[in-house]
This record gives sequence, structure tokens and C-alpha cells, in this order.
Amino acid sequence: MKLLEHQAKRQLARAGIEVPAGRLARTPEEAAAAARELGRIAVKAQVPIGGRGKAGGIAVVDTPEDARREAARILALQIRGYPVRSLWCETGLEIDQELYLGVALDRDRRRLALMLSAAGGMEIEQVAAETPEKIARLWPDPFAGPQAFEVREAAFAALAHAPALRDRRGRLAAALVPLAQSLHRLAIASDALTCEINPLVLTGDGRLVAADAKLEVDENAEYRHGDLVAELARDVSGDDGVTGEDPYEAEAKRRGLTYVHLPGGTIGCIGNGAGLVMNTLDLVQQVGGRPNNFLDVGGGASADRVRESLEMVLRDPDVRGVFINIFGGITRGDEVARGVVRARDELGMTVPLVVRMTGTNEEEGRRILTEAGIVPGVSAPEAARAIVELVGGRT
Amino acid sequence: MGVLIDRSTRVVVQGITGREGSFHTQQMQAYGTRVVAGVVPGKGGSETLGVPVFDTVREAVEATGADASFVIVPPPFAADAVMEAAAAGLPLGVCVTEGTPVLDMVRAVAFVERTSMRLIGPNCPGVMTAGQCKIGFIPNHVARPGRVGVVARSGTLTYEVIQGLSQAGLGETTAVGIGGDPVLGSTFTDILPLFAADPHTEAVVLVGEIGGAAEEQAARWIAETGFDKPVIAFISGRTAPPGKRMGHAGAIISGTTGTAQGKIDALRGAGASIADTIEGVVRLAGERLAARAG
Repeated sequence: MKLLEHQAKRQLARAGIEVPAGRLARTPEEAAAAARELGRIAVKAQVPIGGRGKAGGIAVVDTPEDARREAARILALQIRGYPVRSLWCETGLEIDQELYLGVALDRDRRRLALMLSAAGGMEIEQVAAETPEKIARLWPDPFAGPQAFEVREAAFAALAHAPALRDRRGRLAAALVPLAQSLHRLAIASDALTCEINPLVLTGDGRLVAADAKLEVDENAEYRHGDLVAELARDVSGDDGVTGEDPYEAEAKRRGLTYVHLPGGTIGCIGNGAGLVMNTLDLVQQVGGRPNNFLDVGGGASADRVRESLEMVLRDPDVRGVFINIFGGITRGDEVARGVVRARDELGMTVPLVVRMTGTNEEEGRRILTEAGIVPGVSAPEAARAIVELVGGRT
Repeated sequence: MGVLIDRSTRVVVQGITGREGSFHTQQMQAYGTRVVAGVVPGKGGSETLGVPVFDTVREAVEATGADASFVIVPPPFAADAVMEAAAAGLPLGVCVTEGTPVLDMVRAVAFVERTSMRLIGPNCPGVMTAGQCKIGFIPNHVARPGRVGVVARSGTLTYEVIQGLSQAGLGETTAVGIGGDPVLGSTFTDILPLFAADPHTEAVVLVGEIGGAAEEQAARWIAETGFDKPVIAFISGRTAPPGKRMGHAGAIISGTTGTAQGKIDALRGAGASIADTIEGVVRLAGERLAARAG
């Protein structure tokens, strides 16, 4: 779950990190009011995706009238599919230098990595790819958090790449210590997989201010952050309920299904187990088909889950055939087969269906499928070929 | 033979009275696993499935001499249960729980690193030494004692590989499901050395998927150590779009890292045979073993 900028900034402010003064506006009039109150402001689209500056989603305005006009323009935008529902209107900063400070999960080290760089204001991924030496990293102990000396070491390493800051490095490093410690604490408290301040602005009068912020909360931990989840849901959906999220994925989420939509594909894919379903998609593509989705019914693959899954996959009218690939381990093949047949009949399914099933009672399962007029696959590659041929014949 | 567990392994089940915990404990008992205790805080002194239940892992270990834990508790409690197992001095913990908050596991893994416990999982199907012992979900009927070690990030694909190897008469030593989460107790490079040291394991099947760099690290380990047993690798997710989580929390391509092709190239470069179907895995395992014998 990626928070909006203003949500992330509120979290930073609560953690004791300075952010520019700002107001949230949902209408041009509210943006004008913010300009009257704050003076010169940046009007920034609140969308859960990057690249909004390039898409025209940010404007700097001097008067309430300009704020109203620019707000109206930005609120009419869709940025990479996301409608702009609100604007963050904040005071500008007098920028001396742009730095970077971030915390992100490092899978290989199995720790949060704390990263510092004097190359702020650019995508950190780009800095990492082009000039990795400009990023100083540390991997704090998850219980103790970053120690002052560790942050200082990283700060001096990062600031060595900013000759203009040479004389001020001692004071800056000292100021970065509590900032980094607060950010790390915030990342842990909010279950953040990414929590970054970019740019972290060094102002003309020597303050460090978070000019932009990103905070992505671990989906597995959303149950601990109900307030943020509710706030985000309210902020990204307008009166029409359109969020910019893929509508099929949004529906699957409501139904509690593990589903990824691949728009434009023609073959619905269902299986049990993430690896097995990924492989199912691979097999379909390998024989010239185009998978429409990834749907993992989970380990057990009960009849009810299979029915729900079929119904979900068939929502996209592009789906012209469905491939179900089940390994029956503890769930028996005949049970799975009966569930599939019942689901097909109850849903009045008209597109071809191929079911490949292996494991316990697989012969009995295949007999049930054949009697019901469903093509049973023995091997997954053969079944993939079968569904691609059946669908190909109908296009 | 095999690695990690065998018929002498004494298992304590954390979460033995839960619906899943109880079901899988019975499956494990049916397979022949020596389940010696259960742990459920507050239910100590009772008995379930023929074994005593304790309030704490420490008590269970002291009373029964358990030397491995099966952790099957709901996600909010998994990291704590793992740390409890480690603190009680157990040498092995297997955590199957799916959906654990990642930073909980970061802390648990850091805690485990300071003990002598080896953690498998979370979000994994568990471990099975064919014909001797299983801890976790791997179905009882699929394995046959044999010659191939299996290490995998995916559950059902592990079962399929085991079934295929068994049906082809090759059989398995031990299958280890390392799990589908981004932060894991053990990864390929933790398990491969065990297979290297096991004289009964003649070849290894490695089942990987998109996301992270564990397969690339495995390739580097194979090349650097001169691991001389045949490796057959199978990588899922060639069609996965970047930035989307494909079921497993850890199966996500970030930018250009974690792609299937990158992993396939790395493993092939290290001398592994690459299969793109389960049938291919079984065929290549047969061929590589035959070539080795000849």
C-alpha cells in the first residue's frame, strides 16, 4: 500500500521530521484559500504513483487566482490511469542543497537498509545504477536501530560527494543523526517496506526539511494500520468510486482472491500455489497463447474457491477460454473435478475450459471431467496447448 | 539419509490445537514423524492427538527432548513463535505461516541469527525426508526414497517435482521448501551445502521464481565452490509483469532486478540444466544422473 504524499508527510511530521506547511485541497476554491493563507505555494497532485511532475501534476503559483486555475487543470488530469482527487498545497522552500534519506527493505541482507546521499532530487534507483558510490548505506540492527556513529559514518561518506558542503559536514552529520533515527523508527512503526525523503532539502537558513516523501506499507501488516488504509481508500476514490486501480484487481481484492490482471490476454488461468500458477502462465505463453490473469486459489482448492475463481476470471469479456491447473495433494482430484463441473454449470460458462489435474485420485477426477465434456489434460504443457488451440479456433 | 530431518527427529508443534495445526499434525503422524509435544500458551497440561501440550516451548523441550519445531500459528504471532523456538535452544524451526508482516520476520531472523537454530520459512511448505519424516504440508503419498535433493521457493511445484521424480523411479532424499516470502530464514545457499555433504543426494533440483536474488546467489555459490552434483533448475514467472506481486509476497520484479531470465542465465552460466516444465525437470534429472553413472 503506497501512501499519498500528504499522508506520508503527516507520518513524518508525527515522527518529528520537519515538512513544509501545507493544506489539502479537493476543489479549486480550497486551493485558492490555501494560497491566500500560505502565499506562494506548490500545488501537487495526490496520486499513488510516481512521475506526476512530468505529467503536469505539479504547479508553482503566486496568487489565489493562479492557484484556482492550476488546481482546476490538475484535478481534471489522469496520471498514468489514476484520477487526481486531491491536491497538496504547500509553501515553497529556499533550497541550498537537495539530499536523499531513505529506508528500504534489503531482501538479501534481511534488514532494513538506511541510505543517505548528497544526490537528492533524482530517482534513487537511477543514482544507484549510474553512480552507486554516491549512496552510503547501513543496515541497522532491527532491535537497537541505527547508532549515532553509524549514521555519522554514512553521512560523511555521502557528503564527501558534495564539495560545496565540505565546511558544513560536521554540523550536517550531527543533524542527520536524529533525523535518520526518527525515520528508521517510523519505518518500523508503520511497517514500511520503503520510507524515503527525496529530496531532503537543506534550506538557505540551514534547516533540513522533507520536501517530498514516499511511504509504502507492507500489505501483510495492513491489519495493524487500519486508519491509514481507510484514509487512503477515502482519498483515492471519488464519488464515482473509480480509484485508477485496475477494476478487475480491485474486485478480486474485495473478494479476497489472489489475482493479477494482464489486460488484453485471452486465456484465463487458475491454479493452486503461486509458483504453479506463474508456471501455468509461462506455459500458455510458450505455446503462443496470451494469459489474461494470474489467479492462485490457494493450497486446498476447495470447490467453493474454484467456483469463485472461475467467476472472477470470466468477468473480463476478453477471456475466451480458461485453463485450470491443479495439483491435488491433500485435496483429492475427484473433489476438485466435481467442484469444477459444478462451478461451470452454475455459472453457465460458454467458453472452452481445459482442466489439468494431477495428484491423489487423478484418474477418477479425469473421468468425471471427461463425462462432463471438459477437456482433461494429463501434462501441463499438453493442456496449455489444448486451451490455446481451442481459443485460437474461436478468434 | 537426507538432510535436516530423519526418523529420529522429535518434533514439537507450536499451534497444535488450531484447525490447520491439528490437521497437519495428524498428517505428519500418519507419515511417521515423531511428534512429541504441542505448545499452546494457556493449554499446558492437556493432551491432544496423543501428545502432551505445554504452555511454553522451553517446557516442551525440557520434558520431551524435542529437537525441531513446526510453527503453524496465525501471522501476527509467527515471528514471536519462531523466536520462542530459537530461545528454547531448538536446532531447527520450520514455519509455514503465510502472511507474516515482513518487518516482524526481519526481527525474528536477526534474533535467530544469534542462536544455533536453523529456520526454514516462513510461508513455506516445509521439509520432507522421503520415507522417514516430514514437517509441514508436503502430501504424504508423493515421495519415494531415492537420489535427488529438492530445494524450492514454491509449494505445489515442489509437490509436482517430487511426484514426477518418484514416478520416474529416481526418488528423493530430502525436499526443502524455503518459502515464498521476501525475508526467509534459509535460502538456496543455506541448503545447497547440506546436499553437497549428503552422500545419498546425487543431484539437486532447484525450483526458483521471480523476485530477489536468491537464485543468482545460488548460481554464484555453485560456480565458486565447484559443487559437482548435477543441478536442474526450474524458474517460474517468465510472463510476470514488473511491479506486480505474483501470489507470493516475494515474487515481484523490482525495476529490472529479479527477472526470470536473469536467474535462468545465471544458473545456466553456473552449469545447471534449465527445465521449463516439470516433465523437463524429471527428464533432465534422469539424463544427468545417467551421464554421471556412465
